[in-house]
Amino acid sequence: MNTIESVVATTDPGQWRDGDAWLAGGTVLFSYGSPVGSEEPLKRLLDLGQAGWQSVTVSDSGVELAATCTVAELYALPVSDAVAGRNWPGLDVFRPCCDSFVASFKVWNMSTVGGNVCTSLPAGPMISLCAGLDATATILGRHGSSRTVPVAEFVTGDGKNSLAPGELLRSIQLPASALSARVAFRRLSLSNLGRSGVLLIGRLDADGSLVLTVTAATKRPVQLRFAAAQVLDAGQLAAAVERSIPPELYHDDIHGLPEWRRDMTVRLAEEIRMELLDPAGHGGPFTVSGDFWPPHATSQQPSTQPAFRDTAKQKEA
Amino acid sequence: MAIEINGTATEAAPRPGQCLRTFLREQGNFGVKKGCDGGDCGACTVHVDGTPVHSCIYPAVRAEGHSVTTIEGLSSGGELHPVQQQFVENQGFQCGFCTAGMMMTAATFDDEQKANLPRSLKGNLCRCTGYRSIADAVCGSHTHAPDAGAAAQSGAAVSSGPEVKNTGQLGDDVPAPAGRAVVTGTARYTLDVPAEQLPGLLHLKLLRSPHAHARIVSIDTTAALRVPGVVAVFTHEDAPARLFSTAQHELYTDDPDDTRVLDSVMRFIGQRVAAVVAESVGAAEAGARAIKVEYQLLDAVFSPREALRPGAPAIHGEKNAQTARISRPQNNVVAEVHSELGNVEAGFAAASFIHENTYQTQRVQHVAMETHCSIAWLEPSGKPGEERLVVRSSSQVPFLARRTLARVFDLPEDRIRVVAGRVGGGFGGKQEVLTEDLVAMAALKLRRPVQVEFTRNEQFTATTTRHPFTIKVKAGTTRDGHLTALQLDVVTNTGAYGNHAPGVMFHGCGESLAVYKCANKKVDAQAVYTNTVPAGAFRGYGLSQMIFAIESAVDELAVGIGMDPLEFRLKNMVRPGDDMLSTNPEPEEDVFYGSYGLDQCVALVRDALERGAQRYRDAGLDHLGPEWATGVGSALSMIDTVPPRGHFAHTRLRLLPDGTFDAAVGTAEFGNGTTTVHAQLAATALSTTASKVAVRQSDTDLVEHDTGAFGSAGTVVAGQATLLAAQELALRIRSVAAAFAVVPAADCVLEDGAVRCGPRVLALAEVYDAAQQQGVELAAEGRWGGTPRSVAFNVHGFRVAVNTGTGELRILQSVQAADAGVVVNPRQCRGQVEGGIAQALGVALYEEVRVNDAGRVTTDILRQYHIPSFADVPRSEVYFAKTNDQMGPLGAKSMSESPFNPVAPALANAIRNATGARFAELPIARDKIYLALKDAAAPTQLVRI
Repeated sequence: MNTIESVVATTDPGQWRDGDAWLAGGTVLFSYGSPVGSEEPLKRLLDLGQAGWQSVTVSDSGVELAATCTVAELYALPVSDAVAGRNWPGLDVFRPCCDSFVASFKVWNMSTVGGNVCTSLPAGPMISLCAGLDATATILGRHGSSRTVPVAEFVTGDGKNSLAPGELLRSIQLPASALSARVAFRRLSLSNLGRSGVLLIGRLDADGSLVLTVTAATKRPVQLRFAAAQVLDAGQLAAAVERSIPPELYHDDIHGLPEWRRDMTVRLAEEIRMELLDPAGHGGPFTVSGDFWPPHATSQQPSTQPAFRDTAKQKEA
Repeated sequence: MAIEINGTATEAAPRPGQCLRTFLREQGNFGVKKGCDGGDCGACTVHVDGTPVHSCIYPAVRAEGHSVTTIEGLSSGGELHPVQQQFVENQGFQCGFCTAGMMMTAATFDDEQKANLPRSLKGNLCRCTGYRSIADAVCGSHTHAPDAGAAAQSGAAVSSGPEVKNTGQLGDDVPAPAGRAVVTGTARYTLDVPAEQLPGLLHLKLLRSPHAHARIVSIDTTAALRVPGVVAVFTHEDAPARLFSTAQHELYTDDPDDTRVLDSVMRFIGQRVAAVVAESVGAAEAGARAIKVEYQLLDAVFSPREALRPGAPAIHGEKNAQTARISRPQNNVVAEVHSELGNVEAGFAAASFIHENTYQTQRVQHVAMETHCSIAWLEPSGKPGEERLVVRSSSQVPFLARRTLARVFDLPEDRIRVVAGRVGGGFGGKQEVLTEDLVAMAALKLRRPVQVEFTRNEQFTATTTRHPFTIKVKAGTTRDGHLTALQLDVVTNTGAYGNHAPGVMFHGCGESLAVYKCANKKVDAQAVYTNTVPAGAFRGYGLSQMIFAIESAVDELAVGIGMDPLEFRLKNMVRPGDDMLSTNPEPEEDVFYGSYGLDQCVALVRDALERGAQRYRDAGLDHLGPEWATGVGSALSMIDTVPPRGHFAHTRLRLLPDGTFDAAVGTAEFGNGTTTVHAQLAATALSTTASKVAVRQSDTDLVEHDTGAFGSAGTVVAGQATLLAAQELALRIRSVAAAFAVVPAADCVLEDGAVRCGPRVLALAEVYDAAQQQGVELAAEGRWGGTPRSVAFNVHGFRVAVNTGTGELRILQSVQAADAGVVVNPRQCRGQVEGGIAQALGVALYEEVRVNDAGRVTTDILRQYHIPSFADVPRSEVYFAKTNDQMGPLGAKSMSESPFNPVAPALANAIRNATGARFAELPIARDKIYLALKDAAAPTQLVRI
């Protein structure tokens, strides 16, 4: 980035002025650089690299992720001592969400949960994860203030969010109630391991209510909530999806046509309903559709996969 | 806190905002490559404290106090790291630009990561290889023949198994001579020039047009010139008035003269407005931002349909049709052809089944991993007081670039030297002058070295693409499967400039049609200007677009009469003796069946597909589940082995005092492997091994002329020149040896490193000395003019599965058979085929340079332009026909562009076979597959003719 005049190590929003950008992992800021055509080039980077924030804090109330928690740290969490002994099925969606990054494990070493949420792209997998688990974002203001907002509401559109200039995402709280729920994960992409075109996370909470969170397909996260008492069949679910997501809310870019995204949203929602609500689905394995999970272990390249048999079995199961 | 690089603390401190990649390169670590600027391609991968990261998106200040390892630090004490060793042994590279990053990533893998390379390597893109050789290199395993039964077939399956002999001549898997340099990061690409060799180096950045069509009213550069570090700003007022074409051909008159170095009229968003030269890239960018331009906006057209409409703005309307060589400037038509052989009306009247459809191919980008870049400087010419211009460029055509620079800047050719280092991929994109003119202009004016390096964004928005084609096909057949008529209405979109527009249009309508016997053929084709990013040369050069349409149509004809599509092709494809005709009633006078292996290729693919079906049946996988539909499809292609109208090459070969050889050739090496091929051809003629022939290339100082590395000419044209030089040198060596040993020359036989003269064996070093004493220089030259030409063939087959519920496509089997004549280097040739398949799969399934309603390219980073990653590319079976060409060097034919050509239609035909849906538009993405199947299933669509 050739327009940067200084890098200032700070976590104080009070220091922010026009032409500044918060620097977390840097993987997005540096990838867009400072093209000649850009109107207002950035002048300073406010570096969170030395913030010293505890990346992950686990307690009975849930998991708190610092904004600077790297994706690599998040990926390690479900098998770490920090959550050993916790009966949190919700942890099952952490790794599929990390693997939904089109960026590789190398980028995960730098990129952060907060950075992905603040970039606010429809396909941001940390948004999928946090919204899917009803996470709350804590945001620091420029005058020592602080506010909280659900991540599902924090992202307001394609690349848009509710941050005011200078505001800083400090942390994200994933509540124990959501982590304790049974979860389901579905994702589709136009290419193998490619950018998410449709990503749904389903959650069956302790009270029997079902929460479906749609990301990637839509410009911003959309949540559908069904009370335990509500009878829900495939038709009612499809109608609810239609009601909740108007056609113009489906994202339209090279990673999927809106009409495909809409039909796939309905399809994956139904798969999740079957997995979480269908009596036959109870106790079944945690399944993920699409081509990428669980990782192929038998061959380097997909066409030589004898994986169809497994897929077919999964479908039967 | 210092940054430690490969064990040594560096004194330099990074600038704020600098990324680690540019910092490392400034410290001389040229093995760290820039492929994308965006963290997508992985070419810049390094380790920070042992952790692999993409250095282009790593803030350099974060590395302070840490230890960085680059490719230069991966090996220790001259001993290669095991991964490097494996990349050499398996030749896990072609151009090598991605290789350092690939190895720095793979060096960190544990067994689990190695077992899942699609995931582990998704952050490393390679555009050349198709990843098969990379998989072998990472896992350290040689690949065996794809199928035990395959080797027993008439054509040999390619194998690099343990039985391979390595005598270093024709037919051997001679390793690329650059292997060690590539894996150690020491191979020098265009910009890998140490700072001390270019003191005072300046950097050039471009201000680009925000408007699709506009006239510059005024440019104010005063603020830009005040920016600290800015040395000069160039605008249309400083640029030569001479019109030229960025396209490079042996005859510059093949392309329209419609381009200026800097123009006063903007014809697409992204066109050069002004060039700023400064002491640093940052200062040049700041200078470009400070330029104030006043534009007068003009009406713009973005599609050929709009451009051809009466009253449409004429994009080059002010130009003279004759002198600029534009067919109809007032109508936006650059070039056109209208022809009819026989009588198509009568042909259709005789048909019992007719297929009519409109096929559409999209804009695609080459995505060579090395972006366009060049450096220019002045050096003493050798004559007292005279200087000459030197341009170091990432070019497939250094000699033609020199001609163009001479023409544009009114310089004699001997005052210009153009040289290419190792080139990081081309695919046709570097058969253009897109940067050399800028740095030449600046260096001539400022008398300092000047460098320009395009960003990946500039590659997408402001270089060249493949020509989008709209192809209306009407084709008829008799009930028993004989083509009665073929009619084509073709419109190509050349964008704002006509570089390669005529050639791509004509070539596209050539071999694609000529491969079929059909008495009645009609073609109406036009190449049309629009206010969009220019199209240019792209692998296949028009053929891939036309073959997509024609092979799809041929498939429909076969389906229409209930015949097996391959059977239909066998009935209609040309055989030796048949005239190869397309738009001219007479066959090309210099194109012959130097050899013919199309029938073998069809048989190889058909047999392989049948074996594949049997494999799936045996494994119980022939039914994949309720929503999966499976099918097979194939397509064929033909290509002339050399471009038309002259393609010249010159080789100088000499014996060195130590008994080895030095070959100076003109053709460029960008991963195509011609260096190895030339060494092998020379070694064969000189009865030695390839390792004893050192090849130097891509430098206008080395030889007289070389038309360049395009049109698949590296082996059949340049290689022929090298072979002729080697044969001549062999004669001279025997003659010198005969005189020295006093035996008849007929009794002298070359052996490896020696000449056997009757009973006596003379080492070549002794022969060299003898020649010195006789006053003879043991050197020879070879020249070849690219004519007569032969034809090469490729046939591709796929077995696919389509999920009708999601549109997901899985490739169950991919087979290609190639007729490359005598295969000089099977491993390399296989690599060319595999790489062509992978690139074609990207084009068939994902890739599209999108231009929005305002004419702006929106897919301007690799995240928006998905090129195949490891996970996308199946392992293909590759077979070679057994033929021996009469025209090519030692029986060889071309095999670099052509493997790309039949892939997209073969895939479309397989999907058609699986689902019943014909996809006439590329790319065939999953969303489009799903929606088409949904439409087809809808009740209103059931009434189909």
